[in-house]
Amino acid sequence: MSINFLIKSAKEIQIVIEKNAPEIEKLDQEIGDGDHIFNVQRGIKLVIELEPIIKRLSMSKALNQIAMKILSGVGGSSGALFGTLFMTMAKVSNIDDGVDYKKAINMFVDGVEAVKQRGKADVGEKTMMDVLIPVANCLKQGVEKKKDLKDLMREAIKVAEKGMLSTKDLLAIKGRASFLGERSKGHIDPGARSSQLMIRTVCILILNT
Amino acid sequence: MKKFLNSTDDFLRESLQGFGAAHKDIITCHYDPNFITRSKATKKGKVAIISGGGSGHEPMHGGFVGYGMLDSACPGFVFSSPSPDQMIAASEKVEGGAGILFIVKNYSGDIMNFQMASEMITGVSEIILINDDVAVEDSSYTTGRRGVAATVIVEKIVGSLAETGGSLKECKILGDKVNRNSGSMGVAFSSCTVPAAGKPTFELGPDEMEFGVGIHGEPGRRRDKVQSAQEITNELLGAIIEDLKLENNGEILLFVNGMGGTPLTELYLLYDNAKKTLDNKKIKIARSLVGNYCTSLEMQGASLTITKLDQELKKHWDSPVHTAAMRWGL
Repeated sequence: MSINFLIKSAKEIQIVIEKNAPEIEKLDQEIGDGDHIFNVQRGIKLVIELEPIIKRLSMSKALNQIAMKILSGVGGSSGALFGTLFMTMAKVSNIDDGVDYKKAINMFVDGVEAVKQRGKADVGEKTMMDVLIPVANCLKQGVEKKKDLKDLMREAIKVAEKGMLSTKDLLAIKGRASFLGERSKGHIDPGARSSQLMIRTVCILILNT
Repeated sequence: MKKFLNSTDDFLRESLQGFGAAHKDIITCHYDPNFITRSKATKKGKVAIISGGGSGHEPMHGGFVGYGMLDSACPGFVFSSPSPDQMIAASEKVEGGAGILFIVKNYSGDIMNFQMASEMITGVSEIILINDDVAVEDSSYTTGRRGVAATVIVEKIVGSLAETGGSLKECKILGDKVNRNSGSMGVAFSSCTVPAAGKPTFELGPDEMEFGVGIHGEPGRRRDKVQSAQEITNELLGAIIEDLKLENNGEILLFVNGMGGTPLTELYLLYDNAKKTLDNKKIKIARSLVGNYCTSLEMQGASLTITKLDQELKKHWDSPVHTAAMRWGL
């Protein structure tokens, strides 16, 4: 994984999120307060704008820059959680010597664990963790079982989608939707949907390379 | 969407600039990262109190920066938590050697960002979490109750203690006590429009109201047909009284808060109706506050807050305060 790949992913994600923005906004208005899509879009835009600065940096420094930018420029839960994700990915050892797919997966797995701690949320609470945790587990097992990268990406896309859909019937326990109690049931969590779209986009990019 | 704005991107900046210019005798606005401080530096040895949260609740929190209340406020985007760099910059500016007290409303985003800030600053700090909204169920495994209008009461009372030499620990204990002794519940007749969204957060029919609404236009307990003011008041008070386990002859502070789109005329009508109900229950209103203090943009609605009082709380409520939105005793 290179910095170029990070930038390319961000640009691709921007297109996909843009296309699905009305749906995500609607989901958030049903069980949240409607700001999630703007936070996500602002964050992606800020990351893409970093291109001239980060393309000259080492992987750890580039990821730290992305983390601080998201933290300060996004705000809200999304800022803190995605900032934590990138900050933790930057801390994985030896990433400046090159990142193969095994290392990239380790970075993602560590990052998701840190997000889980920061948000104090787990699977089954109707948040983006219902997507991130199963995907991290799937990737971790894939590496352990030495699965083919492309097969693993196809599997991750399915796991992300299943996780996203699972939030529909869940009772929200964490996040703003939790204030709704029973009324939160029957709606897909907007954070789970945006995370699933991002994961699918990156997996498809890897499949096409 | 009809709003006074030039572009949604400049909405917050221009509003902060106006706020800073209009009240330059009391506060100073700092930009990139955005935070508001008192125009006079915090005196040495005083606990520095910093609050913050999404914008759109004005005058909360910037309007409460000044003598006897906050040392600094960090405004996030509309209805979105501020980020750690704002709290860190504010801390560096106002830390007076006695530690930092963060006053935070109980929302996941605010908690995460303030916690990150408290981990990243060098000095000692404490966090007071406000969760006075009795409309949502509280339990140990959920995010729990929301922080709403009682934040104003906590900031006033703890601000007074810090001004008169209270230690970080004493301020934290008093703040937690005010929060524990406060309950709020609101009702909305209309939704509100976040400038970046351009349309209302939810739709309410012409004869509908949202009971137990939050301060971001997030839905509450239930949707119902509009009732008379007295019926609404009784239901709001009933929920609060039950939650606080208020007893006969107890003294309280009654706070009738407007959400931005309800005229004072109606807020005073609500006060009258609430007083009748409380008189009947022999609960004594010892202190009052009526006005738009914890708003939700242009939402039409109001909330009632009750804080149980004792001598200590009354003393700190009455003490002098000089901020853009609250001034007395000086």
